[in-house]
Amino acid sequence: MDWIEFLLVVVRVLLAFVIWLLSTALLIWGERRLVAKMQVRHGPNRLGPFGVFQVLADGAKLFFKEDITPRGVDRAVYFAAPIVSAVVAFLTFAVIPFGGTFTFAGREMPLQVWDPEIGLLWFLAMSSIGVYGIALGGWASGSKYPLLGGIRSSAQLISYELSMGLSMAAVFIWNGTLQASEIVAAQSGTFWGAVPAWNILPMSPAFVLFHIAVVAEAQRPPFDLAEAEGELVGGFNTEYSGAKFAMFFLAEFMAVITMSAIIVTLFLGGPSGYSFGLEGNWLALLQFVYFVLKVLGFVFIFVWLRGSLPRLTYTRLMDLGWKVMLPIALVWVLLTGFVVTFQQVGTNQSFFTVVAVVAAATLTLMILAPFFRSREPAGDEGGGGGGTPVARPPAGGGGGRALVPATETSPVDVDGGRTTEREPETVGAPRSEL
Amino acid sequence: MLAEYLPLLLLAVVAFAFVGLSVLVSARLGPNRPNPVKEAAYESGILTEDVDVRQSRFSVRFYLVAMLFIIFDVEAVFLYPWAVTLRSMGWYGMAVMGVFILLLFETYYYVLRRGGLDWD
Repeated sequence: MDWIEFLLVVVRVLLAFVIWLLSTALLIWGERRLVAKMQVRHGPNRLGPFGVFQVLADGAKLFFKEDITPRGVDRAVYFAAPIVSAVVAFLTFAVIPFGGTFTFAGREMPLQVWDPEIGLLWFLAMSSIGVYGIALGGWASGSKYPLLGGIRSSAQLISYELSMGLSMAAVFIWNGTLQASEIVAAQSGTFWGAVPAWNILPMSPAFVLFHIAVVAEAQRPPFDLAEAEGELVGGFNTEYSGAKFAMFFLAEFMAVITMSAIIVTLFLGGPSGYSFGLEGNWLALLQFVYFVLKVLGFVFIFVWLRGSLPRLTYTRLMDLGWKVMLPIALVWVLLTGFVVTFQQVGTNQSFFTVVAVVAAATLTLMILAPFFRSREPAGDEGGGGGGTPVARPPAGGGGGRALVPATETSPVDVDGGRTTEREPETVGAPRSEL
Repeated sequence: MLAEYLPLLLLAVVAFAFVGLSVLVSARLGPNRPNPVKEAAYESGILTEDVDVRQSRFSVRFYLVAMLFIIFDVEAVFLYPWAVTLRSMGWYGMAVMGVFILLLFETYYYVLRRGGLDWD
């Protein structure tokens, strides 16, 4: 590697960094303007043309704010959490190709920070680490609202990570690779000579699942339970101020851009598009423009969702993730594998072995199914038989409501009227409700 | 070979520098006038005793979710290498993974029926 090559690496890393940082700033402004329009308001419109410098003003203000560290915090973790969140947000976009390949002085410079064979596994790994920032931030604050917000959102994030990972697996099977550039390449060409051969068509169920999961992973409305303002003040970042708060904020909004970019890479052919006969660097630039346009479309959907949908309750959130999306994703993965193998190998003797295995497994499942009783009150056990109650009584005999469904009893009114008899044992919140 | 990781390393350095500097510099720039009320944990403006909420208990269901997550996430991890090599493994690969997925699906169905996924 000579110095020109090294310089090109530096340039493309800095380019990616600056583009993502700038687009995040623009997103914050654009979202405020758009949501304002949807709510028949004006939104920020004082600083600069259409108020675009409002973001800079807000950022500068945050930097000069007092950096308060509450008494009860675990100092090391409290300090590390926002840093983890923000750094991970920056590292996530490393594998996304966001433009064509430029050529300078005989050397190629793809608009992509890093293109390893494991490709999108990196994205999954980073979004898993992102959970740490939120969980640790909430835990280290030593305050009840951040703790509740942190626990809630880690459970939410890991629940939707499953559907996200499985719907991505279907795409990996379909394209036969994990590498981002290869996935983009596999989507070039057209169906029936006219429709671009993007994964969104053959993989449409995976696309829908992935899109929902990604909105939940980015903690955006209608899945923004971590910071349900009405119940949890600000969620995991309640005790943060100044630049530390700004880092959480940055990570959250950068996730919107990165997630949109991942959707575009997986399902909409990344930066590819009609070339208009251009070549070389001009084509690379055009592909960058295509990529920006596609990402903007999805960013708009993110904002649109925020403008139109109310927040889910926690019960519904978990039900959607575990009872609806997870089984669909599993079945879709199996189906995709089946179709791909069929295309590749066709029917031979082992095909019928597979059919036999699947049939046997299904049969076993059907025979075993009645034995998987749903939990019933002990007295009911004898007479019920078959174990197929439709309306299930509340689980367990303990009676305590385990989790706070966002609509009902608020966990936060411990200092309201009913503290007296609970005082000795409540640390933070009544234990049955926290 | 390690040169392959250079861009990632650079990005990590830039990101750490940006984030670290922001946090450190901002701590110096802002005013620093602590007082006991300001340093207390947020409680809607009410002064309360300092309690360590980290010692408090929370619902065991979160633990259950974490365990179930491990099961299905490990499944997903096994799926990725299989997804890439499926074309070369043919029906054998499909059958083996099919059995694995079906077994886990059975587990899932069991948990579902036992109410392990109910939140009310």
